[in-house]
Amino acid sequence: MNRVVEVADLTKRFDTVAAVDGISFAVDAGEIFGLVGPDGSGKTTTLRMLGGVLTADGGRAAIAGYDVLGDPEAARHAVGYMPQGFGLYDDLTVDENIRFFADLFEVSSREREEKASHFLAAYGMSPFRRRLAGQLSGGMKKKLALVCSLIHTPRVLLLDEPTTGVDPVSRREFWSILYSLVGQGVGVVVTTAYLDEAERCHRLALMYRAGLLFCGTPAELKATLPGTVLSVSSPEARRLQRLLEHAEGVLSVLALGDAVHLVVDDPVRRLPQLRARLAAEAVPCGEPVQVAATVEDVFVEAVESAETRA
Amino acid sequence: MNNHASSVLVENLVKKFGSFTAVDRISFETRLGEIFGFLGPNGSGKSTTIRLLCGLISPTSGSATVAGFDIGTEPEQVRLRIGYMSQKFSLYDDLQVVENLRFFGGLYDVRGAELDERVKWAVRMAGLSGREHAMTGALAGGLKQRLALGCAVLHRPKVLFLDEPTSGVDPVSRRRFWELIHQMADQGVTVFVTTHYMDEAEYCNRLALINRGRMVALGTPGELKRTALAGELLLVECAPLEAGLAALRGAPEIADAAVFGSALHARSPRAQSAIAEIPAYLAARGIECARIEVIEPSLEDVFVALTRGEPLAGENSQ
Repeated sequence: MNRVVEVADLTKRFDTVAAVDGISFAVDAGEIFGLVGPDGSGKTTTLRMLGGVLTADGGRAAIAGYDVLGDPEAARHAVGYMPQGFGLYDDLTVDENIRFFADLFEVSSREREEKASHFLAAYGMSPFRRRLAGQLSGGMKKKLALVCSLIHTPRVLLLDEPTTGVDPVSRREFWSILYSLVGQGVGVVVTTAYLDEAERCHRLALMYRAGLLFCGTPAELKATLPGTVLSVSSPEARRLQRLLEHAEGVLSVLALGDAVHLVVDDPVRRLPQLRARLAAEAVPCGEPVQVAATVEDVFVEAVESAETRA
Repeated sequence: MNNHASSVLVENLVKKFGSFTAVDRISFETRLGEIFGFLGPNGSGKSTTIRLLCGLISPTSGSATVAGFDIGTEPEQVRLRIGYMSQKFSLYDDLQVVENLRFFGGLYDVRGAELDERVKWAVRMAGLSGREHAMTGALAGGLKQRLALGCAVLHRPKVLFLDEPTSGVDPVSRRRFWELIHQMADQGVTVFVTTHYMDEAEYCNRLALINRGRMVALGTPGELKRTALAGELLLVECAPLEAGLAALRGAPEIADAAVFGSALHARSPRAQSAIAEIPAYLAARGIECARIEVIEPSLEDVFVALTRGEPLAGENSQ
């Protein structure tokens, strides 16, 4: 595989606080790699170091083989970096914004025109080339920012929370764009605080308090959860939660709006016990079914067991 | 006051801005203590509806009562009985924890012994005992969020509006937060949640989905998942993926298909026959199908299907 991002023991301190504490991961060409975690966990700091706008205090990072510290210019040309609140010029048109970013990277006008036409058509934006960026919808602005990040044909795309505040329809459209980009061999590093977006990544790292809790595919991540998740639908989810909280073999109970999710140690043993209990208590509910663990289930478990160890 | 004293009753609510109809004849009713999710794309009329229900703007026609008061004729009564909390916390970072609480208490006219008691309650509820005099700006995200909740409910509102309350918060704190919300609902507070996060929507008892000013769906999360999609959702693992996507889009029994992570999601009106036929169909085109099975649609699938009117179509279309 063709490694396009390599991060080893990367560290950044602000005063005495480690914002990123010795993290390591690698991303291949054609791969979407997610840095997934809550606000303040170090995602943006990591991306800023990879994008060459922040200098690391320790460790190393390379983009397309170029060391971001040793060869920052080459690394910067190999990377398209879309920070949060990407700096589009609201009083420039779509075309003028693209031209500005193309000029920054010394892209020829012919190549710029070719790329701009291609991407704008692909993203349904061709009719808006003369519109001021400030007059675009939120979803369109994100797409324009993406086009500007891609105009110099980077091998690696760094996206910092590109879908925050974006509704699910635009979010899905944005992801389908990412899939088509990686189909052309670009490597993507994307940060998100939406845990459900983790499932869309080919591989991901869970980031928590400046470190990585886990790094691997979504399936590998879910396999780390001790126990099995069962779902029981019920109009009285809260009552069900209280009833099952301390039941034998139940590791945790989460009340959702119209169901509870239980993590049990052994579904073969616990399912009959659970059915008997539910029948005896006469709580209105559906049949317990095994469901796939969510990334949030795993994240909560990982954080709680990390805190127990500490 | 009517008999819906502590909840929300909306009848044929309309709000026009000039010739544009932002909210178009919306009707629904929430039960006491219900956690009610209000979802919709940007520009769907969702925020306008919330502003109407908070008594901040008046309706063009139709009516709504919140906690028993009419939003059109008694907006100030409505505002005294609601709480509002946004993920963009409106806390003052350079005030202490108790100073923020007292400030918001003052805004809602909570005074004297009642204020002291409520501040103590909020500190306990938020898990901030011992940090009463900490600077708000120095609190971790999860604590800040619970403090913001405390500020929003200091005056014992009957209806609580939450706008993306847990976005960006770590998952452990998020679960604690929803536990608090469930407790408030247990005590009869009606909770109105607006969010783009489908995992927040899962915590709601019922969901309303708004698109282009109209309500396009109303039901429990489970009901919406069972009924919103035309057909069933299939997970297809195959290699090579791109070729598999192209082939599936032309396959019989498949209405549409899209990439999802390292697999494909496809919608089929006749899932069982699709499962029987697709592996051979793909194999004939040199694509190996490792797995094909029915999966439960996510709330995001539901949202996209109902707001676009054509489930999953157009994904990955470039």
